[in-house]
Amino acid sequence: MNTAAVVPFVESMRSAAAALRLPGSGLAWLDATRREAMQAFVAHGLPATRNELWKYTTVRGLAQRQYAPRDDKAANRPVDEALFPPEAMDGPRAVFVNGVFRSDLSRLDRLPDGVGLQSLSSALDAEPEPLRFLLGAPKDAGDDGFTLLNRALWADGVVLRVAAGVHVRGPLHVVHVGVAADAATAWHLRSLIELGDDARLAIVEHHVGEAAAGHLANLVCNIKLHEQAHLDWVGIQRAGADATLLRCTDIQLHDDATLDFHALELGGKLARHEIRVDLAGARSRFESRGAFVLHQRQHADTELLVTHRGRDTFSHASWRGVADDRARGVVHGRILVLPGADGADGGFYNKNLLLSPSAEIDTRPALEIYADEVRANHGATVGQLDENVLFYLRSRGIPLEMARRILVRAFCAVTLERIEPPSLREHCLALLVEQLREAST
Amino acid sequence: MLKIENLHARIAGTEILKGLSLEVNAGEVHALMGPNGAGKSTLGNVLSGRPGYEVTEGTVTFDGANLLGMEPEERAAAGMFLAFQYPVEIPGVNNTYFLRAALNAQRKARGEDELDSMQFLKLVRGKVKEMGMPAELLNRAVNEGFSGGEKKRNEVFQMALLQPRLAILDETDSGLDIDALKQVADGVNALRSPERAFLVITHYQRLLDYIVPDFVHVLDGGRIVESGEARLALELEAHGYAWVRDRTPAGAGA
Repeated sequence: MNTAAVVPFVESMRSAAAALRLPGSGLAWLDATRREAMQAFVAHGLPATRNELWKYTTVRGLAQRQYAPRDDKAANRPVDEALFPPEAMDGPRAVFVNGVFRSDLSRLDRLPDGVGLQSLSSALDAEPEPLRFLLGAPKDAGDDGFTLLNRALWADGVVLRVAAGVHVRGPLHVVHVGVAADAATAWHLRSLIELGDDARLAIVEHHVGEAAAGHLANLVCNIKLHEQAHLDWVGIQRAGADATLLRCTDIQLHDDATLDFHALELGGKLARHEIRVDLAGARSRFESRGAFVLHQRQHADTELLVTHRGRDTFSHASWRGVADDRARGVVHGRILVLPGADGADGGFYNKNLLLSPSAEIDTRPALEIYADEVRANHGATVGQLDENVLFYLRSRGIPLEMARRILVRAFCAVTLERIEPPSLREHCLALLVEQLREAST
Repeated sequence: MLKIENLHARIAGTEILKGLSLEVNAGEVHALMGPNGAGKSTLGNVLSGRPGYEVTEGTVTFDGANLLGMEPEERAAAGMFLAFQYPVEIPGVNNTYFLRAALNAQRKARGEDELDSMQFLKLVRGKVKEMGMPAELLNRAVNEGFSGGEKKRNEVFQMALLQPRLAILDETDSGLDIDALKQVADGVNALRSPERAFLVITHYQRLLDYIVPDFVHVLDGGRIVESGEARLALELEAHGYAWVRDRTPAGAGA
């Protein structure tokens, strides 16, 4: 405890806990949970690199920083329309600005029947008991410092439920916006997405931000897919250049449920996403495709932890990364096949490109298999652009920088080609090209 | 148009070109022949600016400008084109996109207006028809899954679209059957004009039955050891490269 007391980051979180009046305060079980979680965080501290899941992502720099507990003006701050890509946000949306839910920017009035979408704070106000299973646990074996902090300090989030048998047409958007505030602020959001039996839904999660907004967002999301449910989930991360974004998404799939995930990681100074997938139900399926393109001193870390628990479960992960300048990318893909998960089929494939001698990419595939009749494959490479191909393009008159952009775009685009609808796919490709253009200027 | 004087070049420390001189004028077709290892492909690579080659001596000018000081893309914009011996596959890069990017980059470098997508599509579709290329070519990735012959034809197709002033064909005939060879030759012959020059690099005389050159040069040991008219190629075919070597003892090259 005494050692933790000298860490400015931990101190600023402790004083936040004292200063904030958080949703559900006064509910005995919730107050107790928050208190215990905070104690556990103070005892635990920030994740260290000896933690296998944080091996290549150090938060030493973060430990010396202090964050304001909230942005008091977040409810009224104007948001530059340019941060909102209207072509990519056609449909209902929930918008958060600096961690605060903004009903004026959200569009929840035309939700299809059978879909419930509200902020966690209002869901808790209306009926706390159904959320107790989610919010009542002070800790879990998989917790690290940030998820503990989230348990203690979550101030809002999204609760999204789709009733059994409901097939929702068109995607719902959840948008997180970071804009400059009086001080760098930390916020912690907790979300729940639950699809009933045979429900279908598409979600697009956007992270956008102004370059100068050096906030810290600590987001935890639980996704529960009941039997035969199908979720299409696209995450487009282009947080502001100074932002720290830490996400942990925990997904449980029941029998015959399917999750199809696409990720595009472009923004932030430090962005980490831990994705824990529990293929608990028989024949449940998880497919993921993702790309990151990093430049300057960006750091992005994707931790993909897939557990095959049910029989005949399937997982496929195909990720690609590009790092330029002094950027660093980390991709960790672990496939764990538990005893009894016979017939499991898992694959993790990761290809990476280094565009600069000072850039670094660490890719770590890992298989742990404790069942029979299992198929499991992995492959990971880190390479450079093919000089022969670059020369071919240049010999046709295409300047070097443009040739590099063309090849990098092609390299990443294969991970995005299944995104639906096509307008969203085009949007993702356009963001990719924009990022490459920035990278070369 | 192209003037090479006393060119010495090496790769990975090994000298390949040892004092090569050659002048090519507008409207001319020059064939460059020679045995394996003579330096034929090295010359094509040095002229087009492939990284890894080091010029240690000599000069090359293209329309009076110092070619060796130019980047590969600048050489292309100036009107040089290399048809590759081994064209590369570029998965994920669509042919139409690639060709438009190339043409517009060259036009931009020359201070000409870029073509919009409608203008370009019209142009490229016309060329596809004119060259007898399969229309689906335009929707495919560059050279991906193409046979050797298809790749070589695609090189000539690109040349027809980009309209270079000097085209260097690096063993474009290698690996082609007789039908593909004729198609490639037809494509080249259709482009012959008083403003355009060709440097046809080949190991075999066969291609020169279809692309009849104005001049034939024999390259051996990194230098041109014999030059003549189209007939020289036939004599080489009859007698082999050893015949030239016998006639021109080492050190007595052109």
